Parts: sequence; C-alpha cells; structure tokens
Amino acid sequence: MAEPVRSPGDAPAERPERDTRIVGKPFRRVDGRAKVTGVTRFADDLSFPRMCHMRLVRSTVPHARIVSIDTSEAARVPGVLGFLTGASMPNTFGILPVSEDEHALCPDKVRMVGDPVAAVAAVTEDAAYEAALKVRVDYEPLATIASVEEALATPEPRIHGYSKAGGNVHKRASLEFGDVEGAFTEADLVLEDLCYYEGNTHLAMEQHAAVAIPEDVDRVTVYSSTQTPHYVHRALSKVLDLPASRIRVIACPNGGGFGGKSDPFNHEIVAAKMALQLGRPVKIVLSREEVFYCHRGRHPVQMWIKTGFKKDGTITGQHFKSALDGGAYGSYGVASTYYTGALQTVTYKLPHYKFEGVRTYTNKPPCGPKRGHGTPQPRFAWEVHLDKAAHRLGIDPAELRLRNLEDPETVTANWLTVGSIGLGRCIEAVVEGSGWRERYGRLGEGRGLGLACGAYLCGAGLPIYWNHMPQSGVQLQLDRSGRVAVFCGETEIGQGSDSVLAAIVAEILGVELHDIRLCVGDTDLTPVDLGSYSSRVTLMMGNAAVEAAERARDLLASAVSAQLEVPADRLVFAERRVFDAEDPGRGLDFADACVAAEARFGTLGTVGSYTPPRSPGRYNGAGVGPSPTYSYSACVLEVEVDPATGLYRPIHVWIAHDIGRSINPVLVLGQIEGSVYMGLGEAMMEEQVFRRLPKRLSGALVHKAPSMLEYKSPTFLEMPPVTSYIIEDPDARGPFGAKEVGQGPLLPVPPALANAVFDAVGVRIDQVPVQPHMILKALEAKRQGAEPRYGPASFPAVDFGETIRVPTPAQGGDGHATKEFERRLHRSKRATSGTMAEREEALEGKKDLTTK
Amino acid sequence: MARAPDTTALTLRINGEERRVAFPTHHTLLEVLREECGLTGTKHGCELGECGTCTVLVDGKPVLSCLALAAEMEGKSVETVEGMQQANELDPLQTTFADLGAAQCGYCTPAILLTARALLDRNPTPTERETRAALAGVLCRCTGYVKILQAVEGAAALRRGEEWRPPADVLYGEPPGTPAGPAIEGDRDG
Repeated sequence: MAEPVRSPGDAPAERPERDTRIVGKPFRRVDGRAKVTGVTRFADDLSFPRMCHMRLVRSTVPHARIVSIDTSEAARVPGVLGFLTGASMPNTFGILPVSEDEHALCPDKVRMVGDPVAAVAAVTEDAAYEAALKVRVDYEPLATIASVEEALATPEPRIHGYSKAGGNVHKRASLEFGDVEGAFTEADLVLEDLCYYEGNTHLAMEQHAAVAIPEDVDRVTVYSSTQTPHYVHRALSKVLDLPASRIRVIACPNGGGFGGKSDPFNHEIVAAKMALQLGRPVKIVLSREEVFYCHRGRHPVQMWIKTGFKKDGTITGQHFKSALDGGAYGSYGVASTYYTGALQTVTYKLPHYKFEGVRTYTNKPPCGPKRGHGTPQPRFAWEVHLDKAAHRLGIDPAELRLRNLEDPETVTANWLTVGSIGLGRCIEAVVEGSGWRERYGRLGEGRGLGLACGAYLCGAGLPIYWNHMPQSGVQLQLDRSGRVAVFCGETEIGQGSDSVLAAIVAEILGVELHDIRLCVGDTDLTPVDLGSYSSRVTLMMGNAAVEAAERARDLLASAVSAQLEVPADRLVFAERRVFDAEDPGRGLDFADACVAAEARFGTLGTVGSYTPPRSPGRYNGAGVGPSPTYSYSACVLEVEVDPATGLYRPIHVWIAHDIGRSINPVLVLGQIEGSVYMGLGEAMMEEQVFRRLPKRLSGALVHKAPSMLEYKSPTFLEMPPVTSYIIEDPDARGPFGAKEVGQGPLLPVPPALANAVFDAVGVRIDQVPVQPHMILKALEAKRQGAEPRYGPASFPAVDFGETIRVPTPAQGGDGHATKEFERRLHRSKRATSGTMAEREEALEGKKDLTTK
Repeated sequence: MARAPDTTALTLRINGEERRVAFPTHHTLLEVLREECGLTGTKHGCELGECGTCTVLVDGKPVLSCLALAAEMEGKSVETVEGMQQANELDPLQTTFADLGAAQCGYCTPAILLTARALLDRNPTPTERETRAALAGVLCRCTGYVKILQAVEGAAALRRGEEWRPPADVLYGEPPGTPAGPAIEGDRDG
C-alpha cells in the first residue's frame, strides 16, 4: 500500500535538523498514489454480487404526525424488492447517550423536511428512485419552529418531549468561575458586544454512502463513509437489537468529513436492516440534497459578550452568553452548547469567567460538529471584541493579546489543563510576516489588516459515552519477512491519519514506510479508536502507536541482544537494521531481527493504547473542554474593500500554527491551508439558511439552498494566497511532541476578516458571513453619525437556569462546584417552586422515591 | 406501468481502449463509466453539474460526465483518471499531487488532475491566474487549493522537461521571523 519512502522531489529541501529519520520530514502520504490514480475505494465505489439499491422516502413537511404510509403503488414498480417503515426499528439512537432522539425511520412524527419515513429497495437505482416517489405518506401538520426565539416562545408543540429543560429547549447551562461582577467592578473599561455566526455546512465533496452485506441470518457488515465507525457500530447494535459482536463496520476512506460524517446516520442503519431482511447486499448513496438534510453542521449562534479590562489591557473577567439554533435533533448538541463556552479561557488569562448557553430545537436539519465544533462562533465574538477593546484602550491589537497570553502548563479558571502554548510565537510570526507594525492602520481607505487568534483541542478528554477504557488502541503484528502490520480503528478522512500512523511505527522500528501495512477502521479486525473527530487522532492514536511500537522494539531488542551479545539498550533501530550503537557494523537486518525474535518468543505481536489524563474539573459540565493539550493559531488577513459597493476581496492571509511538532510538515501545511480556506468560506459566504414557503405552497420551512450552486463556497478564484508558519514547541503529551492541526487554524480566520474590514473602512461587521450589503449599511450609519456597525441588536431573553458556581484554582477551589450550590440544588429538589429545571429535578426526585 | 428503459449499445473509446457497452439510454457518461465499465475513479458530488467532481476529458476537453449522455460518446475519445499513468509510471501531475499532499481526501482529485492536464496540454506555461481560471469549475473542500496550484506549477515544469524541486516553503512553510515579503502587491499575476 505504501510507496517507498519518498520525499517530494526526491530529497527534502534543507530545513530543520532532526534526530528522526521520517517524523518531521516531508514525505509522500502513504495513500497518495492510490488517491491520484483513482484506486482509492470510497463507499460508493464498492459493489458486490446481487447488490441492490435503496432509497429513503423523506418528509416533505417540516413538522407533522404521520397518518399513513401507502406503498401499494410503489410496490408495482418493476424491480422493487422490499420496503421498511419505522415500526420495524422502534429503538432510538443518537451520538450522545443523553440525547438518543433519532429513529432510523420516523415511526409516528417527522420533525423536519428530509426526515426519513420509509425505505424502498430495488434491483436498480432507477427503480428504487421511481418507487420512492410513489410511496404515499399522509401527514397531519404541526406548528413549525424556525428560530431560537420561536422555540423559546413556543413551548408547545414540543419537537421532542424528553429534554429536562422543557418546552423546545434542548439544553441550557450556566456556569460561573470566580466572581465576574467583582471583576467588572475592578475594571477600567467594561465592553459589551452582540455577535452572530450564521449556520453553515461541511459540504464534503463525497455524498454519504453505505453498503450493507448480510453475512448470516443475524450477522451484517456495513461499509460506510463514516468518521466514527465505533459509534456507528454501537448505534447499529442498539437499533437492530443485535449484539455488537455480530456487526462489522468498515469505515471507507472518507471523501471529506469535516465533522459531517461523525454521527451514526439513519441511512446506515436502514441499509443494514434492509440487507438482513432481503438477504442480499444493499447500497444507498445520498443525493446532494439529502446530504444537506443530514447536515450536523455549524450551529447558528447568537452571542453576547461582556469583558472587563484594566487600562494596561489586563483582562479582569468575562461574561459570555450563547444561544444555539440546534435543529430537529440532539446530535452532538449538548457538547456543542458547552463548547461555545469552554475554550475562551485557554488563549488569554481570564481570572473570572461566566458562561451561559442554551440550545433549542427547531424544525430544520440538525446542527452538530463542524471543524472547530462549537468554538469558531465564540472565538469570532471574542476576537472581534478584543479588537474593539484594543482600539478603546489605545493598545495595538497584537500587543493587547501578547500582554494577556495564558501561561503554559497551567489550569484555567474553568479547570482546563493547558500544556505548551506557542501562541506568542504565532502572533510574532504573522505580525512580522504581514508587516503589521508598519502597515496596520496605515493602508488608507479601502485597504486593511486584521489580526485574530484561536485555540483548539487535541482530542476531547472524555469519550462520547462514559467508560474507563482507552480512547485509542493500536496493535502490531510482525513476521519473519520484516513486514509490520499495523491495526487501528482510526479513520482516514483525508487528514492524513494513515500517514501519521505508518510514520510513527516506521520511525520507532527503524524501517521504511513501505514495510508497513495498515489495516484501519474495521470493527472486526482493529482495536477501537473512537474516530476522526475533535482533532484527537494524531495525539491519541499516535501515543497508542508509540506504545505498541516501543514494545515491539523491546521484544526485538531482547532477541537481538541475546543473539549478538550486545546490551539491549545499546541497540539502534534505523535503516532497516538493528545494530550496536558503539559498533554499527555489528547488527542484523530488521527481517533477521524479526526471525530471531519469532524463534525466541513465537508469533510477534504487541499492543498499545492511550487514555487521556483525567481533567481536574468536577462540576456538572466539566466534561466538555478538557483535552490532553491545546493547539494555538494566529492570523493576519489583508482585505481590499470597495466603499461604493461593499464588495471586498481578501488579498493575503498570514497564518501561524502551534503544532507542537510536525509529523509531516507538508501535510501540516495542507491542514493549515485547508482550514484557512474553510474559515474564509464561513466568513465570506457560506450559510445554511431556511425560509417558510408561502401559505398557498404549504407554509413549509424549507432549506433555501440545498444545492452546491446556491450554497456558495469559495472556488479557486476567491481563495487568496496563504503564507503559513509552522511553529514548533514540542509538547511532551503528544507523540514526538505533536499536537493537532486539522481544526485549529480555522478559528482565527473569520474574526481576522471582520477586523480587517474595520481597518479598511472603519466599520464593524459583528456577524459572519460578512456580506457587501452589511458593509454598505454600516458605512451609511457611519455617514449619518450612528454607530458604524452592522450586527445583531439584541440577545434573546433566556432562562439559563440555576448558575453552577465553581471556585477557580486561584480562589483555592478543588474543581467542584461550591457546597452552597449543592445545598441549594438539594433543597430545590424538594421544592415545588423555583425554576423549571429545579421543578424537573424535584419531579425526578419524587420518581426515585416512588420506585424505591 | 413503468416501461423498461430503452437500452443503447455502442462502442466507447475510453483511455485508448475500445469497448462495447450496453446501458439504459438515459444514463449519463458518469453512470456508464462507473457502473458498466467499473471505472470508479471518476467521482460525483452532486450529479447536477455544479461541483465539477465528475469531470473527464472528451476529445481532450474537460466535460462534466454527470451532464453528458453516454449515448452521445460514440466516436469520441474519453479519458479518465485511470488512463493518466503510462504503464506503472505516474503522470507528472499525479506525481506532484501525491508528493505535495495536493490530494487530501482525494475525492475531487481525479477531476482536478484531468482538468489540469487539459490546461497543460494547450498551455504548457500557464500563469497562476490562468491555472486558477482553468480549474475554477471544480470544487475542493480540503486543500484550500494552495497545494493544488503548487502541484500544477511543479508538474508543468516537469512536463516541459525542466528540473523541478518543491521550494522549501511549499514543504515546510515560511520560516517564522521572516520580515514582510513582497507577497503583498501583485500576489495575483496577470
């Protein structure tokens, strides 16, 4: 599978001295040749004997009870093999155990246009398509909810009946770390801002596809374009009511994921059910329109931010509120809600911090995790807000950030453990590269620079479902030929995880990439890795691979040591040899070392696994935000704005990313550039938006643009040149010191654009995407002496529930909420008054009492 | 009720090889390539002519195979990604794309490779602006197009028989601490 070790252009252009042979040097990705020759097999490229095709019948109305489903006419289409409806799969599923609110096929109620209500399989795709159109579904419409405001104002009908928060509120949270009001009192400047971040979608080029193959009456294999085969495995087991050991999920290489393939999806489950029903392989490929309905993309978020500053720029505290429009299902929404409040503290010192968030259901496709999951929205607000503060304080925006940099190796006010921080060096790199000090504020009307920063996780500290097992496992199997087989549940979604895995093992064993065979993302054959999400793979899989490879190295060293009579700790593994460091001529070829070890120990195999360190936060909500360490990025963006039309064009982007250490710098650059691109798309044009059809056309709430033509995304023509700086500050928590790069560099881009527009024309656009009409309106306001700004005017009135108060480390806290809070909560359980949450808690208490 | 689809049988010339294929007449070139011919290297992203992912070359010109009927391809020469390499040797475009990570997920890659090949066939020395304009009909969500532009530039040089080694900043990024370069004016040639 792997090409011979090959550096681009045969030899790396000279650059940093390394103590490694492969890690840290640019090499051709191990799947590179397959991808440029069309050999890589994506899910829709698979076909099997007797394979048939399936289509889902999807709801045409946004909220309704299903009255009847009539398949009689559809059944007469030649080639039709069978149907399924929701009654056959009553068990619910969902990525988070707290919101398993999806059905494979809706049994009684639809919650959005695109919800699946029935499935039809046929010999050909054409026949399945024709039959699906002929399935008659009668609906009894329910009132629809289109926005956070409508959801808050419309407790009935409930889109879902299970949420503790009641009505159409899915989740609410209120957390205070330290004393925020006190922090504002001691501030010289207290700033308040309202911002909005529009929803947008992943738009991976590959449409989701799955193929299910019955292996026996009660065994099934599912190939799918999924980022999380392990979670699909669990969902299949639950809905099909089959032991997980009888289900095999194989994640095909994804044709782009970006978070859009990290939920278990109804079509995967229905395909498996249909395959078991028909006794033959079933394939489903979603149309592009259906992909827009799967969504799980960026939540539209309304934000309110208030921060206190000293005259010298020192931040005294912050209060942040977010309101998320979640769409029709839970998805990752509880985590998304907390993520809008979690990472504000890891970039700049924030001694006192309060976060309040709410997520509501609406009758639209569910939002979920898109690259940066829940953090680009608050990062936008925070960095735009900081830019305004810098101007109010008369401090250069770069300088203001440098003065407040969080300390490395520290615990933040909200109990996140921060590792290495290369942010200061990132800021310096983009400031120097862009000529910031000479050029900021001096480019004249219509031209401007904007600076912003960001941070992201290197893997979520906690798994999706509570357990004490490792989050990544790697298994090695070596044989006498010297080939090393590596098994891991990780999923290649284009980010290069296969290459990271092969490089780490090859590096430690002193072999070449072409000696490595990978078997990944297969729940029958590979140890569990939780999936390609939260930028967790390089760090978690990488550490597991290091452990497995070091154990294999020790095994070989012990055999070689005995055979050559050289102390094991003097043996070097390099150049496909195992040799004496003091006498390099004395050694064995790697294959002979395997022979020696196999003779001595039998069949050679080792395992490695990785479990993240436990985070010190112990309060309710502390599960979202912890990570083994965090990556950092800084960006300067130059923009040209035409004040007459509001049209603008990004001219250049300088971006620096704190990677810890590169495993493969050329792939690191690819992730940085791709993140900049995706951030620009969100900042400039991408929006997943909806409208109500006129009453005479059903009044349905429909997607405005479920097609690639109407959903605007940047092409080659919009993408500006990018200058990237890789900042290396190795973090001992990562394999070879590596941190993440897949998501972090997106974060600073949208606020950098808004800040650059301000430098160019002196108006604030407090929302993304930044559109020309917004610039024009703000310029008009400026001319009329009004606030030179375009953005939201208010934040919805939300009951965030009881605030959980958590003393900070500086206050001598221990990570728990205050006893006072616990007492109050306890008291409220017995009360009949109080907030809705308290009453609900009380009800639960009563329920417990009666069942006991 | 539903009548059986009319079937067309004809000889297609794909990657220099002629083959007799029978398929439902309304099927697109995309469907026939992938299903009847088993050439799954050609991908699809929308099947509506919006994303460019399904681009193949017909008589040397980029064509959206999801909008072209296979029935209209008789006597024409179709080239797909599977035909780019010579024996086991990669085309220079394939080499530079693989080396620079210009293929990340690899899904739009066949379309971009073929479109770039058509560009280089008619213009061996494209400016960056010309390359952008030629490739703008294909969307890529992974790369931000940066590595693709660098890979096309490298492949163009290799095809002209020039020595080409990727510049250090393409492999390692710009070294931090570099003072403001000239990359401010005239970033976009042409």
